[in-house]
Amino acid sequence: MHPVVKLVSQRLALGLLLLLAASALIFLGTLMLPGDVAQSILGQSATPEALANLREELGLNRPALVRYFDWLFGALQGDLGTALTNGQDIAESIGKRLGNTLFLAFWAAVISVPLAIFLGLLAVRYRDRWPDKLISAVTLASISIPEFLIGYLLIYFVAVQMGWFSSVAMINDSMSLLDKLNAIALPVAVLTLVVLAHMMRMTRAAILNVMQSAYIETAELKGLSTFHVIARHAFPNAIAPIVNVVMLNLAYLVVGVVVIEVVFVYPGMGQYLVDHVAKRDVPVVQACGLIFAAVYILLNMIADIVAILSNPRLRHPK
Amino acid sequence: MKNIPISAMIGLFFTALYFLMAIFAPLLAPYGMAEIVGDVWEPRSAEHLLGTDNIGRDLLSRMIYGGRTTIFIATAATVLSFVTGSVLGFFAAVAGGWVDQVLSRFVDLIMSIPTLIFALVVLSVMPVTVPVLIVVMGLLDSTRVYRLARAVAVDIEVMDYVEAARLRGEKMKWIIFREILPNALSPLVAEMGLRFIFMVLFVSTLSFLGLGVQPPEADWGGIVKENKDGIVYGIPAALLPAFAIATLAISVNLVADWVLNRTTSLKGGRG
Repeated sequence: MHPVVKLVSQRLALGLLLLLAASALIFLGTLMLPGDVAQSILGQSATPEALANLREELGLNRPALVRYFDWLFGALQGDLGTALTNGQDIAESIGKRLGNTLFLAFWAAVISVPLAIFLGLLAVRYRDRWPDKLISAVTLASISIPEFLIGYLLIYFVAVQMGWFSSVAMINDSMSLLDKLNAIALPVAVLTLVVLAHMMRMTRAAILNVMQSAYIETAELKGLSTFHVIARHAFPNAIAPIVNVVMLNLAYLVVGVVVIEVVFVYPGMGQYLVDHVAKRDVPVVQACGLIFAAVYILLNMIADIVAILSNPRLRHPK
Repeated sequence: MKNIPISAMIGLFFTALYFLMAIFAPLLAPYGMAEIVGDVWEPRSAEHLLGTDNIGRDLLSRMIYGGRTTIFIATAATVLSFVTGSVLGFFAAVAGGWVDQVLSRFVDLIMSIPTLIFALVVLSVMPVTVPVLIVVMGLLDSTRVYRLARAVAVDIEVMDYVEAARLRGEKMKWIIFREILPNALSPLVAEMGLRFIFMVLFVSTLSFLGLGVQPPEADWGGIVKENKDGIVYGIPAALLPAFAIATLAISVNLVADWVLNRTTSLKGGRG
């Protein structure tokens, strides 16, 4: 078998294994921790009979492993169970919200990825001069403030003081794409700022790492222009680390979305998750946790696979 | 002390200032933490230097007490994370073999789920109290420390002096605490600063989501949550913690950068 095929399939298998293990961790972890679902639904004043009835109804008396496999096979078929608090089908509630969340994350990625790579290259080109220092200072500031505060800073200065855009990002199906984009402008800006800083720093580090190689010194000694050296000699070799950076940050974006949705009252997965953590609605939390973990594992897996594919030594073995 | 660069001095100064404010909060705060002393969202005045909050408590007092809670939780969680992470990391590196494999794969598994999501899943079944918060944050974060500690210890473990200690017949405890720990300390200390900042951001985020420090206790994330409705009316009370968190984070970062640079130059790195 070609070594690349072998490596990629190994990585795929590892990803699936990891996902399975993560689902077990989420499900069994919530079972093992002290805390009683029935008690938290009915409250402290519930009678023992009522608690016993509810446990029976929810199937809490069956062995944990049986419940785990029931849950896992259900989830594989798209059945995530029903919410404890309002009895609604979880998969149905999640479906639309997941779409909204991905919509938000997609636009943030479309803006931040090219911008981060461009600014990263710029920082390397003007290394240790003012553009580099300015970029470093801004990124340091933006990773020192939690996302939700960047959100409120933008709401305060942009939405309230200047009156641009709305401070809440409500979207629904009847809106046109342009209206939707207008509504999510501020959350997208916050997410962009947050991941931009990380992505740019890491891109800069990745390219600088390549720039210390011997062949770059050769290219410099040949008298090529700095831009030519970066664009033609350093960049192709930095693709794998950069893709890695981008994927890690997209994974980060999916998590950052949780907090940003709460700030902007955006009808997505994150808000759904946070609401139901507060209500102690364990099935919903498990389902959302599983989906977020799956997206995260998937993106990390893609990053590794791209790194394997972009390595010429693996593509053309001796 | 002469060789400390100016940026690190500034960082040290502000970090010390924040910690002193946290320790002496009851002496510094002009009013009680949960004491209602004025109208809702009063602007700043001589009595209330930063104005009042959403139910008329003095904001300056709340910020000082809030800083105390935030810094206390972040410090405790960082210590827990470092003790657990580095001891397990050193242990894995020294023990090697299947112990190392089991620990490392387990850490990989925990790290495959985003920290915030994991914390939310755990907090949905656990009661939200300060000790629970510290344990959850500390243990989740110890996976990052474990990785670093193990990587550093694997390099040290192959040194001649460790082998000499082994041949002398020293026990695992001696090797971990007397041979590896002193040599692994400086990268770990630099990392500690970054983990501390991460903890401050983490606990603020949880409190903002309503799943961290519970009212009437104050903390920086909670202050944002309480006062966020004022923002649309142009009342910037909710933005104060942004300033506090950012200055604390930047000062700790400056110190950590300096420690890191100092240690790389000790090892003869190119800087």
